[in-house]
Amino acid sequence: MKFKSVYWILLLVGLIMGLILALQFRVTREIIRNAPPQERTAALYQELEESRENREVLQRRVYELRDRLDQSVAGPELANMKVELDRVRQLAGMTTIEGPGVEVTLNDNPNVLPPGQDPNNFVLHDEDVLSVLNELKAAGARAVAINDQRIISTTEVRCIGPTILLNKNQRLSPPFVISALGDPDTLTNSLKMINGVVDSLQLWGIQVDIKKVDKVKIPAYSGTLTYNYAKPK
Amino acid sequence: MWMGILLAVLGLGAGIVIGFNIPMVLPQDYAKYMSVAALAALDSVFGGIRAAMEEKFNHGIFVSGFFSNALLAAGLTFIGDRLGIDLYLAAVVAFGVRLFQNLAIIRRYILKHKIK
Repeated sequence: MKFKSVYWILLLVGLIMGLILALQFRVTREIIRNAPPQERTAALYQELEESRENREVLQRRVYELRDRLDQSVAGPELANMKVELDRVRQLAGMTTIEGPGVEVTLNDNPNVLPPGQDPNNFVLHDEDVLSVLNELKAAGARAVAINDQRIISTTEVRCIGPTILLNKNQRLSPPFVISALGDPDTLTNSLKMINGVVDSLQLWGIQVDIKKVDKVKIPAYSGTLTYNYAKPK
Repeated sequence: MWMGILLAVLGLGAGIVIGFNIPMVLPQDYAKYMSVAALAALDSVFGGIRAAMEEKFNHGIFVSGFFSNALLAAGLTFIGDRLGIDLYLAAVVAFGVRLFQNLAIIRRYILKHKIK
């Protein structure tokens, strides 16, 4: 046999050697291609540094704000603001207040209606209540309530059939008791002026009773107050 | 002698061509074992060349050394990975040293023959 087994072995070994080397070369090339390049690592590192710095800045800001919060809680600013808030609430009619004032009771004409007369002329109207209210305010009443319904800046007085409507959903019917807080003498006198409110009401037989009281209690406004359109400037 | 070298180079070229053209690529996890096996195989080849020059080439020793060295190196690396020891370093150092020794001896033989 001319072709010895040695040659077969050499052929086989060479083949395997070449195969292994080629495969290894390809795999290594693949690994290098898939490895994260240097630039990417650098970019990520830079990003990390930036984020870290950012965090430091924010952390300092948190500490600063926390300090300021502590100061304001401890300091006189908050107490001042509380006082201010109380004052504003009182002005807005959100608190129950007490003091000297008057109580004005209004009621329909008690007499039997004479025949042929318009009954509208002998009953209380929203305008009558409004004129009394207006007069009291003009005379310096600082807080007013009708039948324990607080009058605030948005309160309306509307005619709803035999009743009047207050604060959007409060129906009141006669007799109306208007409590006003202020100087009792001034309030009484301004109502009783000659040709004043009381005079013109009594002309129609409407009962008006004015009582000076040392202590009149004006309840707080009980509804909600929302401002949809008004914005503080 | 020359016939053997020719066949070996022929086999090497065919192996490289096949290796570059087969669609299968070894998973990267096994690349490490493969590299150590390649080193061991390379060492065996140079050992075989050296033996041929010393004219005591035995094809049985050659082929068994070729395969067993490659498999042993790969297996050692695998076990080392499982045990947490970088055993492939031992294979690299041992085969590397032998490789250079073989190369040195081959160089000396070639120089001697030329001088003659």
